[in-house]
Amino acid sequence: MSEAQMKVSDEIAISIENMNKWYGTFHVLRDINLDVQRGERIVICGPSGSGKSTLIRCINALEEHQKGSITVDGTLLSSDVKNIDKVRSEVGMCFQHFNLFPHLTILENCTLAPIWVRKIPKKEAEETAMHFLQKVKIPEQADKYPGQLSGGQQQRVAIARSLCMKPRIMLFDEPTSALDPEMIKEVLDTMIELAEDGMTMLCVTHEMGFARQVANRVIFMDAGQIVEQNEPEEFFNNPQSDRTKLFLSQILGH
Amino acid sequence: MSDTPNIGFVRHEPIPPSPPPVQQAGVVKWVRENLFSNWVNSILTILSIYFVVKIILASTPWMWNGVWTTSSLRECREVLQGTSGACWSVLAERWNQMLFGFQYPVEAYWRPTLAFVLLLICIAPILFQKLPRNMLIFSAIYPFLAFWLIWGGTLLTPVIVALSLIAGYLAFVKVERLTGFATALLSGVAAVVLVLYLGSFVTSALPEFIALEPVASRDMGGFMLNLILGTVCVSLSIPLGIVLALGRQSNMPIIKGICVVFIEFIRGVPLITLLFVANVVLSYFFPPGTNLDLILRVIIMITLFSAAYIAEVIRGGLAALPRGQYEAADSLGLDYPQAMRLIILPQALKISIPGIVNVAVGLFKDTTLVSVISMFDLVGMIRGPISSSTAWTGIYWELYLFAILLFFVVCYGISQYSQWLERQLRTDHH
Repeated sequence: MSEAQMKVSDEIAISIENMNKWYGTFHVLRDINLDVQRGERIVICGPSGSGKSTLIRCINALEEHQKGSITVDGTLLSSDVKNIDKVRSEVGMCFQHFNLFPHLTILENCTLAPIWVRKIPKKEAEETAMHFLQKVKIPEQADKYPGQLSGGQQQRVAIARSLCMKPRIMLFDEPTSALDPEMIKEVLDTMIELAEDGMTMLCVTHEMGFARQVANRVIFMDAGQIVEQNEPEEFFNNPQSDRTKLFLSQILGH
Repeated sequence: MSDTPNIGFVRHEPIPPSPPPVQQAGVVKWVRENLFSNWVNSILTILSIYFVVKIILASTPWMWNGVWTTSSLRECREVLQGTSGACWSVLAERWNQMLFGFQYPVEAYWRPTLAFVLLLICIAPILFQKLPRNMLIFSAIYPFLAFWLIWGGTLLTPVIVALSLIAGYLAFVKVERLTGFATALLSGVAAVVLVLYLGSFVTSALPEFIALEPVASRDMGGFMLNLILGTVCVSLSIPLGIVLALGRQSNMPIIKGICVVFIEFIRGVPLITLLFVANVVLSYFFPPGTNLDLILRVIIMITLFSAAYIAEVIRGGLAALPRGQYEAADSLGLDYPQAMRLIILPQALKISIPGIVNVAVGLFKDTTLVSVISMFDLVGMIRGPISSSTAWTGIYWELYLFAILLFFVVCYGISQYSQWLERQLRTDHH
């Protein structure tokens, strides 16, 4: 087990109990039960349409759940807007398509939320932003616009933008799926670094190398349910369910 | 073949950049590609040049020979002696009437003229981000100043209106911190009404305090009226349109319902009927004795009309934004007003610029419709007092060409500005 996989505390960061979600009459998530410890890094994988993105989008209330409960950092997610905003400002999120704000410079992308949500003075927010841009290794792009950057650079800016809010939990929704092969590595390196700093991470990805190296736990989902979860070594070398075996043979087979 | 060529290849020196061939660049290429690319296009080009030259040759003498100094159409004809020539004298003689209408007091012409010059200074910082931002203070004062200059009366009236708005804003900000948006809005409105009510005692007590000679709304006319209606209605209908567009996207059914019904109703009715309503019908809805100013009624109707169109244009811009932008804003913890103001609207409005400008240009030209409810705007002046005066009966070309020129200058200017703005706001592919 790598060093990153060691530091996990007993404190519960996210607690999901019996959570169910429907799109209209379509039952997308079924009886999800999941506890995430502080400092834990979880990789969620599964075939497309299995509800893995929906699951992590429920955690910061981008999607509403209809049954069961989600508690993030002790805050119960309900329809109360104040609670939702509180959870969102504590939970960072990176999207498949980066979703940077194209009308703002890289620096402005990173300082916007700290200034307006955390009410941090502009100068201080800019210093923090430069610190995190340095961390993702693109401080020299600070004054450019997102449209001028490559995909990998944009995704690293998106990570820096989330980090500027000093989140306690980071969610990643297929962060490398829209990238060229050459750029996947630079984004994964950034995420590994983040993991080594002890960030609590939930990551939907098909990068199995990343899962082996960083994750404490791999969760396999199919048809809206958690089918199997285990430590990465055990998960990859000794899968229990037939569905998992089939999935692994398909993505690792070539 | 016995000896297969070696397919291995390695480049050691990069190819240096070089200019394109002369035949493929510059004027020669442009002419060849656009005017004479094949024989059909060549014939069309030659025909077009022929007609353009013909029109210029026919109209130039008419314009050039024009008479500027006579005092009636009959005198023009005597001077021209049957040769082709325009009778520009009507423009010279009725210049002030076409700009200010026929009832605006002559000795007060400087007031709307000054207001117009100040208008240019007022809109400059709004249109050009690079100008110093503290010029916006003047832009905020300008509407009240312009009202005082054009309508006259005591300076206290616009000052009190301005104070009431400031009071309303302060009340809104204070209350919003303590409670919600809705109560804050109500208390803001209450503060405005209260200050206006108290202020009315002050103005009636001191009607001569720094007063200009008052001019009634029915005495406004000419191109000035078009400009007043155009600028006021455009600047009011854009914010109203934004509110309507956001309202139409709202999750709250009542707000959404009101906005949908309003927009669909206004869009389903011709502007001219709304103007007739403003002119005739609206007064039935007010208690007897109240007399809402005619220009104010017309401004309300044109504003509502164009706001409905602008709302739909902006809704298109909002719909064109990827969902990811809303989600990214949400995931950072921005609340609804922040997300709209900082993320969604700047991008949606940028997409909507061509549509908004389209509506604004249309609106400005539609201000000439007020001539059918017997207001004497530029077209109203031409159709009414000027054409029907004994000296100028039967003169059309010169007057309408002048009107065309004025409207064209303004509308073309707006259009050029919007294209420049689109280029300024483009942040990709530098």
